[in-house]
Amino acid sequence: MEAIAFYVFAISTVILFGITALSKNVLYAMTSLAAGMVMISGFFFLLGADFLGVVQLIVYVGAVMALYSFAMMFFDATKDIKEKHGNPALVFLLGGLMALVFVVIFSAPIIGENMEALYPIVDGVGNAQAVGMVLFTKYLVPFEVAAIMLLVAMIAGIILAGKKMDKSLTTTVIEENPEDEILKESR
Amino acid sequence: MIGISHYLILSGILFSIGFMGVLRRKNLLMLFFATEVMLNAVNIAFAAIGNYYGDLSGQMFAFFVIAVAASEVAVGLGLLIVLYKKYGSLDLDVIATMKG
Repeated sequence: MEAIAFYVFAISTVILFGITALSKNVLYAMTSLAAGMVMISGFFFLLGADFLGVVQLIVYVGAVMALYSFAMMFFDATKDIKEKHGNPALVFLLGGLMALVFVVIFSAPIIGENMEALYPIVDGVGNAQAVGMVLFTKYLVPFEVAAIMLLVAMIAGIILAGKKMDKSLTTTVIEENPEDEILKESR
Repeated sequence: MIGISHYLILSGILFSIGFMGVLRRKNLLMLFFATEVMLNAVNIAFAAIGNYYGDLSGQMFAFFVIAVAASEVAVGLGLLIVLYKKYGSLDLDVIATMKG
Protein backbone atom coordinates (compact mmCIF):
# COMPACT_ATOMS: atom_id res chain seq x y z
CA MET A 1 0.00 0.00 0.00
CA GLU A 2 2.80 2.36 0.91
CA ALA A 3 4.68 1.31 -2.22
CA ILE A 4 1.69 2.05 -4.47
CA ALA A 5 1.21 5.48 -2.89
CA PHE A 6 4.92 6.23 -3.13
CA TYR A 7 5.17 5.34 -6.79
CA VAL A 8 1.97 7.24 -7.72
CA PHE A 9 3.21 10.36 -5.93
CA ALA A 10 6.76 9.95 -7.29
CA ILE A 11 5.75 9.60 -10.93
CA SER A 12 3.25 12.45 -10.75
CA THR A 13 5.72 14.82 -9.04
CA VAL A 14 8.47 14.06 -11.55
CA ILE A 15 6.10 14.63 -14.49
CA LEU A 16 4.57 17.80 -13.02
CA PHE A 17 7.92 19.34 -12.08
CA GLY A 18 9.24 18.34 -15.49
CA ILE A 19 6.44 20.41 -17.02
CA THR A 20 7.41 23.26 -14.67
CA ALA A 21 11.03 23.14 -15.78
CA LEU A 22 10.38 22.73 -19.51
CA SER A 23 7.09 24.50 -20.33
CA LYS A 24 7.07 27.67 -22.40
CA ASN A 25 3.86 29.03 -20.91
CA VAL A 26 3.99 30.73 -17.50
CA LEU A 27 0.46 29.68 -16.62
CA TYR A 28 1.13 25.98 -17.34
CA ALA A 29 4.39 26.09 -15.39
CA MET A 30 2.73 27.71 -12.37
CA THR A 31 -0.25 25.35 -12.34
CA SER A 32 1.94 22.26 -12.60
CA LEU A 33 4.17 23.62 -9.83
CA ALA A 34 1.15 24.01 -7.54
CA ALA A 35 -0.07 20.50 -8.35
CA GLY A 36 3.40 19.06 -7.76
CA MET A 37 3.53 20.72 -4.35
CA VAL A 38 0.23 19.06 -3.41
CA MET A 39 1.77 15.72 -4.40
CA ILE A 40 4.87 16.48 -2.28
CA SER A 41 2.69 17.01 0.78
CA GLY A 42 1.54 13.42 0.15
CA PHE A 43 5.13 12.29 0.74
CA PHE A 44 5.17 14.12 4.07
CA PHE A 45 1.98 12.34 5.15
CA LEU A 46 3.55 9.02 4.10
CA LEU A 47 6.66 9.80 6.19
CA GLY A 48 4.59 10.46 9.32
CA ALA A 49 5.25 14.22 9.26
CA ASP A 50 1.60 15.23 9.33
CA PHE A 51 2.16 18.80 10.53
CA LEU A 52 4.80 19.40 7.87
CA GLY A 53 2.39 18.16 5.21
CA VAL A 54 -0.32 20.56 6.37
CA VAL A 55 2.18 23.44 6.48
CA GLN A 56 3.30 22.53 2.98
CA LEU A 57 -0.31 22.67 1.77
CA ILE A 58 -1.10 25.97 3.50
CA VAL A 59 2.16 27.87 2.92
CA TYR A 60 3.26 26.60 -0.48
CA VAL A 61 0.04 25.77 -2.26
CA GLY A 62 -1.92 28.49 -0.51
CA ALA A 63 0.33 31.47 0.12
CA VAL A 64 3.28 31.16 -2.26
CA MET A 65 1.22 30.18 -5.29
CA ALA A 66 -1.27 32.98 -4.58
CA LEU A 67 1.68 35.39 -4.42
CA TYR A 68 2.98 34.06 -7.75
CA SER A 69 -0.41 34.37 -9.39
CA PHE A 70 -0.78 37.94 -8.13
CA ALA A 71 2.69 38.76 -9.47
CA MET A 72 1.77 37.16 -12.79
CA MET A 73 -0.96 39.77 -13.20
CA PHE A 74 1.80 42.40 -13.42
CA PHE A 75 3.50 40.60 -16.28
CA ASP A 76 2.10 39.55 -19.62
CA ALA A 77 1.46 35.86 -19.02
CA THR A 78 -0.71 35.03 -22.01
CA LYS A 79 1.96 34.82 -24.68
CA ASP A 80 4.56 32.09 -24.81
CA ILE A 81 8.03 32.89 -23.59
CA LYS A 82 10.77 32.86 -26.20
CA GLU A 83 14.05 31.72 -24.75
CA LYS A 84 17.32 31.67 -26.62
CA HIS A 85 19.43 28.65 -25.78
CA GLY A 86 23.09 28.78 -26.65
CA ASN A 87 24.44 25.29 -26.16
CA PRO A 88 21.96 22.59 -25.11
CA ALA A 89 24.59 19.83 -25.09
CA LEU A 90 26.66 21.68 -22.50
CA VAL A 91 23.60 22.24 -20.31
CA PHE A 92 22.71 18.55 -20.46
CA LEU A 93 26.29 17.52 -19.66
CA LEU A 94 26.51 19.88 -16.68
CA GLY A 95 23.02 18.91 -15.48
CA GLY A 96 23.81 15.20 -15.72
CA LEU A 97 27.08 15.55 -13.86
CA MET A 98 25.49 17.65 -11.13
CA ALA A 99 22.61 15.15 -10.85
CA LEU A 100 25.13 12.36 -10.32
CA VAL A 101 26.92 14.35 -7.63
CA PHE A 102 23.64 15.17 -5.86
CA VAL A 103 22.48 11.54 -5.90
CA VAL A 104 25.80 10.50 -4.31
CA ILE A 105 25.48 13.27 -1.70
CA PHE A 106 21.90 12.38 -0.85
CA SER A 107 22.68 8.65 -0.70
CA ALA A 108 25.66 9.18 1.60
CA PRO A 109 23.60 9.01 4.87
CA ILE A 110 22.77 5.37 4.05
CA ILE A 111 26.43 4.50 4.70
CA GLY A 112 26.66 6.46 7.96
CA GLU A 113 25.17 4.03 10.46
CA ASN A 114 26.57 5.46 13.69
CA MET A 115 24.13 8.37 13.83
CA GLU A 116 21.94 8.90 16.87
CA ALA A 117 18.66 10.77 17.13
CA LEU A 118 19.22 14.16 18.73
CA TYR A 119 15.53 14.83 19.42
CA PRO A 120 13.83 11.43 19.24
CA ILE A 121 10.17 11.16 18.32
CA VAL A 122 8.16 10.73 21.54
CA ASP A 123 5.81 7.75 21.70
CA GLY A 124 2.14 8.21 22.42
CA VAL A 125 2.10 11.83 21.25
CA GLY A 126 0.74 13.10 17.96
CA ASN A 127 3.07 14.55 15.37
CA ALA A 128 1.81 18.13 15.81
CA GLN A 129 2.32 17.91 19.59
CA ALA A 130 5.82 16.46 19.25
CA VAL A 131 6.76 19.16 16.74
CA GLY A 132 5.46 21.84 19.09
CA MET A 133 7.44 20.47 22.01
CA VAL A 134 10.72 20.50 20.07
CA LEU A 135 10.01 23.77 18.24
CA PHE A 136 9.24 25.79 21.37
CA THR A 137 12.13 24.41 23.44
CA LYS A 138 15.21 23.52 21.40
CA TYR A 139 14.44 25.58 18.30
CA LEU A 140 12.90 28.64 19.97
CA VAL A 141 15.62 31.11 18.92
CA PRO A 142 15.63 30.06 15.22
CA PHE A 143 11.83 30.23 15.34
CA GLU A 144 11.90 33.85 16.54
CA VAL A 145 14.62 34.73 14.01
CA ALA A 146 12.45 33.22 11.27
CA ALA A 147 9.54 35.37 12.46
CA ILE A 148 11.69 38.54 12.24
CA MET A 149 12.94 37.43 8.82
CA LEU A 150 9.37 37.05 7.57
CA LEU A 151 8.52 40.53 8.89
CA VAL A 152 11.56 42.02 7.10
CA ALA A 153 10.60 40.17 3.91
CA MET A 154 7.03 41.48 4.13
CA ILE A 155 8.20 45.09 4.51
CA ALA A 156 10.72 44.63 1.67
CA GLY A 157 8.03 43.17 -0.58
CA ILE A 158 5.63 46.04 0.14
CA ILE A 159 8.28 48.71 -0.47
CA LEU A 160 9.72 47.11 -3.62
CA ALA A 161 6.36 46.36 -5.23
CA GLY A 162 4.77 49.60 -4.10
CA LYS A 163 7.24 51.92 -5.88
CA LYS A 164 5.64 53.94 -8.68
CA MET A 165 2.36 52.13 -8.29
CA ASP A 166 0.57 54.90 -10.20
CA LYS A 167 2.31 53.84 -13.45
CA SER A 168 0.75 51.05 -15.46
CA LEU A 169 3.03 48.13 -16.31
CA THR A 170 1.26 46.38 -19.14
CA THR A 171 0.05 49.30 -21.24
CA THR A 172 3.12 50.73 -22.91
CA VAL A 173 1.12 53.21 -25.02
CA ILE A 174 1.02 56.60 -23.34
CA GLU A 175 -2.61 57.52 -23.00
CA GLU A 176 -3.62 61.10 -23.55
CA ASN A 177 -5.80 62.46 -20.82
CA PRO A 178 -9.10 63.52 -22.43
CA GLU A 179 -9.45 66.42 -20.01
CA ASP A 180 -6.17 67.89 -21.27
CA GLU A 181 -7.53 67.85 -24.82
CA ILE A 182 -10.62 69.72 -23.74
CA LEU A 183 -8.46 72.20 -21.85
CA LYS A 184 -6.22 72.72 -24.92
CA GLU A 185 -9.21 73.26 -27.18
CA SER A 186 -10.81 75.73 -24.79
CA ARG A 187 -7.62 77.76 -24.77
CA MET B 1 9.19 -2.08 0.76
CA ILE B 2 9.94 1.59 0.43
CA GLY B 3 13.14 2.54 2.22
CA ILE B 4 15.03 5.75 2.74
CA SER B 5 17.03 5.23 -0.46
CA HIS B 6 13.83 5.46 -2.53
CA TYR B 7 13.04 8.84 -1.02
CA LEU B 8 16.61 10.08 -1.38
CA ILE B 9 16.86 9.02 -5.02
CA LEU B 10 13.50 10.68 -5.76
CA SER B 11 14.73 13.79 -3.99
CA GLY B 12 17.90 13.72 -6.11
CA ILE B 13 15.86 13.36 -9.31
CA LEU B 14 13.60 16.29 -8.37
CA PHE B 15 16.60 18.40 -7.37
CA SER B 16 18.28 17.73 -10.72
CA ILE B 17 15.04 18.66 -12.55
CA GLY B 18 15.05 21.97 -10.68
CA PHE B 19 18.76 22.43 -11.28
CA MET B 20 18.34 21.78 -14.99
CA GLY B 21 15.57 24.40 -14.96
CA VAL B 22 17.86 26.92 -13.25
CA LEU B 23 20.58 26.23 -15.84
CA ARG B 24 18.46 26.51 -18.97
CA ARG B 25 15.83 29.09 -18.02
CA LYS B 26 16.26 32.59 -19.43
CA ASN B 27 13.05 34.08 -17.99
CA LEU B 28 13.41 35.22 -14.39
CA LEU B 29 9.91 34.16 -13.29
CA MET B 30 10.48 30.64 -14.64
CA LEU B 31 13.87 30.59 -12.89
CA PHE B 32 12.05 31.27 -9.62
CA PHE B 33 9.76 28.29 -10.25
CA ALA B 34 12.82 26.09 -10.74
CA THR B 35 14.30 27.21 -7.40
CA GLU B 36 10.99 26.30 -5.72
CA VAL B 37 11.31 22.79 -7.19
CA MET B 38 14.83 22.50 -5.73
CA LEU B 39 13.68 23.64 -2.26
CA ASN B 40 10.84 21.09 -2.28
CA ALA B 41 13.23 18.29 -3.24
CA VAL B 42 15.46 19.15 -0.28
CA ASN B 43 12.42 19.16 2.03
CA ILE B 44 11.58 15.59 1.00
CA ALA B 45 15.15 14.52 1.80
CA PHE B 46 14.97 16.20 5.24
CA ALA B 47 11.65 14.55 6.12
CA ALA B 48 12.83 11.13 4.89
CA ILE B 49 16.09 11.20 6.85
CA GLY B 50 14.28 12.47 9.95
CA ASN B 51 11.79 9.61 9.65
CA TYR B 52 14.59 7.09 9.13
CA TYR B 53 16.49 8.05 12.28
CA GLY B 54 13.37 8.69 14.37
CA ASP B 55 14.48 12.30 14.75
CA LEU B 56 12.40 15.46 14.65
CA SER B 57 15.29 17.72 13.58
CA GLY B 58 14.69 16.85 9.94
CA GLN B 59 11.13 18.18 10.11
CA MET B 60 12.34 21.29 11.97
CA PHE B 61 14.82 22.10 9.21
CA ALA B 62 12.11 21.53 6.61
CA PHE B 63 9.96 24.11 8.45
CA PHE B 64 12.73 26.67 8.36
CA VAL B 65 13.35 25.94 4.68
CA ILE B 66 9.65 26.66 4.03
CA ALA B 67 9.91 29.94 6.00
CA VAL B 68 13.01 30.97 4.02
CA ALA B 69 11.28 30.06 0.75
CA ALA B 70 8.23 32.16 1.63
CA SER B 71 10.33 35.26 2.42
CA GLU B 72 12.48 34.64 -0.67
CA VAL B 73 9.35 34.69 -2.82
CA ALA B 74 8.09 37.92 -1.22
CA VAL B 75 11.38 39.81 -1.75
CA GLY B 76 12.10 38.20 -5.12
CA LEU B 77 8.73 39.08 -6.62
CA GLY B 78 9.14 42.68 -5.42
CA LEU B 79 12.50 42.80 -7.20
CA LEU B 80 10.97 41.23 -10.33
CA ILE B 81 8.29 43.94 -10.43
CA VAL B 82 10.96 46.66 -10.09
CA LEU B 83 12.99 45.05 -12.90
CA TYR B 84 9.92 44.76 -15.12
CA LYS B 85 9.16 48.45 -14.56
CA LYS B 86 12.73 49.36 -15.48
CA TYR B 87 13.30 47.14 -18.54
CA GLY B 88 9.82 46.08 -19.67
CA SER B 89 10.94 42.47 -19.85
CA LEU B 90 12.05 39.62 -17.60
CA ASP B 91 14.43 38.02 -20.10
CA LEU B 92 17.95 37.65 -18.71
CA ASP B 93 19.51 38.51 -22.09
CA VAL B 94 17.65 41.83 -22.10
CA ILE B 95 18.32 42.61 -18.44
CA ALA B 96 22.04 41.71 -18.53
CA THR B 97 24.05 44.92 -18.72
CA MET B 98 27.53 43.54 -18.06
CA LYS B 99 29.21 42.12 -21.15
CA GLY B 100 31.52 39.18 -20.68
